[in-house]
Amino acid sequence: MFEVFLFFAPASLIILGALIVIFAKNPVHNAMGLVMTLVSLAIIYITLNATFVAMVQMLVYAGAVMTLFLFVIMMIGVDKKEQTTDSIKGQTFLVSGVFLILISLLVYVAVSSDFKWDLWFPPVEYDVEGTPQLIAGTLFTAWIFPFEIISILLIVATAAAIALAYDTKKRNSNA
Amino acid sequence: MTRRKEIAMLEVTTDWYLSLAAILFTIGFLGMMIRKNALIMFMCIELMLNAVNLTFISASKHFGQIEGQVFVFFVLVVAAAEVVVGLAIIVSIFRKQSSASVDVLNVARG
Repeated sequence: MFEVFLFFAPASLIILGALIVIFAKNPVHNAMGLVMTLVSLAIIYITLNATFVAMVQMLVYAGAVMTLFLFVIMMIGVDKKEQTTDSIKGQTFLVSGVFLILISLLVYVAVSSDFKWDLWFPPVEYDVEGTPQLIAGTLFTAWIFPFEIISILLIVATAAAIALAYDTKKRNSNA
Repeated sequence: MTRRKEIAMLEVTTDWYLSLAAILFTIGFLGMMIRKNALIMFMCIELMLNAVNLTFISASKHFGQIEGQVFVFFVLVVAAAEVVVGLAIIVSIFRKQSSASVDVLNVARG
């Protein structure tokens, strides 16, 4: 019973936050909705024995990424009116069609399998606790090469962000 | 069996987490399609990436393998890099066009 509650409470918050993200008009509200979704996801991760990933989710997503979003909202301003007319004819109609297909597919799969998806394998009996020890043991042995590549990706992304945001004209006129 | 007993016997299985991830992904996709503000579209990408992360972690629990959680780290890093570059692009576009709407961006000149 308590487990069911621990699933439904964060799950409803996740969906509510996601709906705030896509329907709120003020960008700051969208960002706060995203925070709600990310924090509730961290709770779900804890119930799935992924404690370390939950902590990293809080630090990286709810901390760093959201700060970045709020900084950019601060820079480009919140009171800009969003354009609501379609530039492609019948865009809204097309999108709602695609969305209806996706949703009906989802409902069909759920109903046709009697809300029990065939996952090919039954769940394992033992629990794998996602401790930092266990994750590091896998990450730094079997997955060391992808890990190194991802560090290069981070450096490239940092350099690219500096190069893109660097205002050359302003810099030259000041000097 | 009474209804209360039925609810008490409910067990949270992997299907539930997968359904939640599917719903989250669909909402993110819908937002990607209906919003015109580039910033909000980035948030919707974040929603979709998080739905995939949830799938990875529930699979990690289902199969008793730690690799699913390791993969979430890679997705997390790629998402962070993507947000950094994407927001830098939005800022530099905003300097030129003074708008963050994607409909304004119909020229590919630098």
